[in-house]
Amino acid sequence: MSQFLQVFLSGLATGSIYALVAIGFTLLWQAAQTVNFAQGEFVVVPAFFVLVGLHVLHLPLWAAVALALVLSLLVLGYLFKKLVVGPILPAGGISLIIATMALGILLKESIKEFYGAEAQPFPALVPQDPLNLFGAVVSMQDIMNLLISLGIVVLLTQFLNRTRTGRCMQATAQNPAVAEILGVDVKRMVLYAFLVNAALAALASFLITPVYLAKFSNGETLGVIAFIAAIVGGFNQIRGALAGGLLIGVLDNLTATYVTAEYRAALPLVLLIAIILLRPQGLLGTSEGRTV
Amino acid sequence: MTITTWSRHLLIGLMLVAAILAPVGQGNYITYVLTSWLIFSIAAMGLNLTLGYAGQVSLAQASFMAIGAYSTALLTLAGWHWMLAMPVGLVLCFVVGLVLGYPALRVQGHFLAFVTLAFNTLVFLVLRNEDWLTGGNYGLMGMPRPDFGIFKTMRQVDFYYFTLVVTVAAALVMWAIVRSPWGRAFKALRENPIRAESLGVDTRRITLLAFAIGSAYGGLAGALVTSLVQFIEPGSFSLVHSLRILLMVVVGGAGFFFGPFVGAAVVILLPEVLRFTEGYYLIIYSALVIVMLAFVPNGLLGIGAVLRERFWPSRQRADMAQGAKLK
Amino acid sequence: MNRKSFLAMSTAILFSVGVAQAQDPVRIGIVVELSGAGAPAGTNWRDGIKIAVDEINADGGILGRLVETAEYDTQTDPQTSRALVQKAIDEGAYAIWGTIYSGSTLVNMLVAQQNEIPQFVGSESPAIVDKGNPFVFRTSSGAQKGVPALTPYFKDTLGAKKVGIAWVNNEFGKGGHDVFAAEMAKVGIEVVADVSSEQAQTDYAADVARLKDSGAEAVFVYMNQEESARFLIEARKQGLAMPLVGEVTLTEAKVIELAGGAAEGAIAHVGLTATATQIEGIAEFAAKFEQSFNRRPTHDAIKGYVGAWATKYVTEMVGEFNGAAFAEKMKNLCLSVAEHPRMLLDTCWDATGEMSRPSFMVQVKDGSPVVIGTVPAN
Repeated sequence: MSQFLQVFLSGLATGSIYALVAIGFTLLWQAAQTVNFAQGEFVVVPAFFVLVGLHVLHLPLWAAVALALVLSLLVLGYLFKKLVVGPILPAGGISLIIATMALGILLKESIKEFYGAEAQPFPALVPQDPLNLFGAVVSMQDIMNLLISLGIVVLLTQFLNRTRTGRCMQATAQNPAVAEILGVDVKRMVLYAFLVNAALAALASFLITPVYLAKFSNGETLGVIAFIAAIVGGFNQIRGALAGGLLIGVLDNLTATYVTAEYRAALPLVLLIAIILLRPQGLLGTSEGRTV
Repeated sequence: MTITTWSRHLLIGLMLVAAILAPVGQGNYITYVLTSWLIFSIAAMGLNLTLGYAGQVSLAQASFMAIGAYSTALLTLAGWHWMLAMPVGLVLCFVVGLVLGYPALRVQGHFLAFVTLAFNTLVFLVLRNEDWLTGGNYGLMGMPRPDFGIFKTMRQVDFYYFTLVVTVAAALVMWAIVRSPWGRAFKALRENPIRAESLGVDTRRITLLAFAIGSAYGGLAGALVTSLVQFIEPGSFSLVHSLRILLMVVVGGAGFFFGPFVGAAVVILLPEVLRFTEGYYLIIYSALVIVMLAFVPNGLLGIGAVLRERFWPSRQRADMAQGAKLK
Repeated sequence: MNRKSFLAMSTAILFSVGVAQAQDPVRIGIVVELSGAGAPAGTNWRDGIKIAVDEINADGGILGRLVETAEYDTQTDPQTSRALVQKAIDEGAYAIWGTIYSGSTLVNMLVAQQNEIPQFVGSESPAIVDKGNPFVFRTSSGAQKGVPALTPYFKDTLGAKKVGIAWVNNEFGKGGHDVFAAEMAKVGIEVVADVSSEQAQTDYAADVARLKDSGAEAVFVYMNQEESARFLIEARKQGLAMPLVGEVTLTEAKVIELAGGAAEGAIAHVGLTATATQIEGIAEFAAKFEQSFNRRPTHDAIKGYVGAWATKYVTEMVGEFNGAAFAEKMKNLCLSVAEHPRMLLDTCWDATGEMSRPSFMVQVKDGSPVVIGTVPAN
């Protein structure tokens, strides 16, 4: 029993990490029609900004984190929109997908060339002490990750539904032309979407890198899983990303423990195919058009 | 039409001559790279049919190459001649394409992309884990190159010419497909889906067929890869390779007949040219791709269209515009 | 012209050609993983070679010719590596140094073999020396030599009757896993948990939970660097009590750096380790490496270094740059460290290219691997 509890709780912890990555991905897709294949790398880059701050500029930890956040907003938010999405989106979704793929490679290789190919330890921003729950061991970090994911979902949903800016962003997502007529500054709303995604990616990065260890190639698997989590959970609802992430995390661990370790990676894929065939809007998604 | 039929034929003829003369005087390595270019052109041609003509994103082209490669490898290792083994792979890929595409396309256009993404990784896992059949992580090695009695293909140069013949044959078949009523239906589908449907084009069936044929081309490329490298392992057919082939189609120009050749040349040969930059070449390469997509989103062959638009803009009837809707 | 002037002229020509030859550098191809999953291993291999080549050239080169290396990045892709070995040979390489990943080596060594080019590899998969290739030589013991050194440790020192195996499912991990499983079967120790994991896996909760519940008394851990670190962290977190014993990778400096305190107590059998500083050559190499590259060398760096120096020593024993003669000389050759100090340890190769060398058992104590025993060459 304690084994089940252990892998279940660890699955929730891992799943909340996937959820953090998937939430930004969903937001960008819905609000800015951008399927960002570089999302995995977006979660790796801020960690390296922190490492540069610590080891090259010799800043104290919190200063390095603040610097990384600002740089992420600038590079992964503003510059991403201005230099990549802006010019290429009018040409069509497929071109943009390829462009974000290329961007992912660019970011990955830049980290590898300019920082290093080996994995690096990353300082924990949250205490890591282990707690014993009925025979299963979870760390404070795991619980924090879970709580923060939940918190982000709640905050973001409130922001999008209750504040004026949030509703403007929703309007932009649903029908940009009409929104513009009604006086919404569409360009700015889209920019906000990119900035929020960059912030979410940075936050995810700071939380998961102590566990994952900073390495240039972390983004590969993370990006695909986030993508799958978003679709499985329901890509027109923020809480869908959370549900999808947690589901995949838990099921992956349960599969590896009780069914098969060699095919554990097949689980998210089979889930994806099943969801697309049986319930294409995802578990929590609604079948109406674009919402956020 | 800016390029007349006569000059177009001349261009094709010149390209053919260049392809025949290319390996003369070059070392084994260059010939190997050129052969690799031809093989990936075939795979890209298949994806071009799916993506450029039928408008569907497939992220599984590398896994169809895997199916073709492994089936050909197992059969040639068991003694079959390549010419008999290859069609088995082709048919297998075609059938798998139909089976995979049918439910996915039933739902909604873009879901084929996701299903193929999952399929590619699933194929990789099966190839890696079922080592009783596939050799697992270690793969299969020692596949013989086809032997036609008077013409053996063991030498790199001979194999290049063999591949060239196969490529030309595949291109001719593709040309016939594109020119046929099916091909015109694909183009109609791409230009204006609603109008096409109103004219009686069975959208779903055509798209499914395009996907299946495109996958069969992937299988053909895989059958050739087996003989080229004489060693196959699961890692060569992973998702990242499907993305590479997609890149080839987009960079060359999706929907242009010669796009795949240009795209494959860029994706395979450009890294060679940039190799002198050592570790930085991937950075330069991906940056170039982004820049190219920003300025010429229709791919390199679309440069002609872009230049034309700038200097001789055409005027278009509003209701003939792409994506015109009856709302 | 008459015979005398003809003789004089041809002698002059031959002499000048001979002189020009003596000044021509000898080209050697470093074909190794500089990007992709193998980047950490490959970059270390290359950097170890850089140190060796600087030393060799300071010493006058090989047979009077300076060594000139060219790097070829295989991107950790077997097909690319095969093509690049061909390219290196086309560009005039006398020998090939690389690759490390067994999957790549198995493929590209055929090309070197066909062209009679000696190849020093960093791979440890047993299959490499099984193919009857006389031109491939290891720079470390293969898994089939290294892993059996652990059998007496499990049987006698730990007294374990039931063990678990935690391994990474790629050609590296599978090789070690298969050898270990066979060894355990030979001495009647039961494998109660066989836990495979993926390369780049990040969540080891399921793996550790299974080991915890299995009743194993010790665990053999055979994974790549980060995976080992993450596994150790999870094992520490869940309180996995039994000894964790590995081969080569588990106690590497990088793993310790990444795992921090969780690496404490881990044990491994290693071929050459930069921390065996009681051996003079190793201490000197480690110091030079750290000074040049600002980081400590891994065993891949030592492998590259040893491979480069072996090339020099053996070529000079042969007396000319002849691949076939080189391969012949290498058969059952032993280079003692007394006469060939840069080999760092007494090294022998057998007729298949497999290497035999004394090795070490190390354990992580206070954050550093400490040698707790030596194992004679087998």
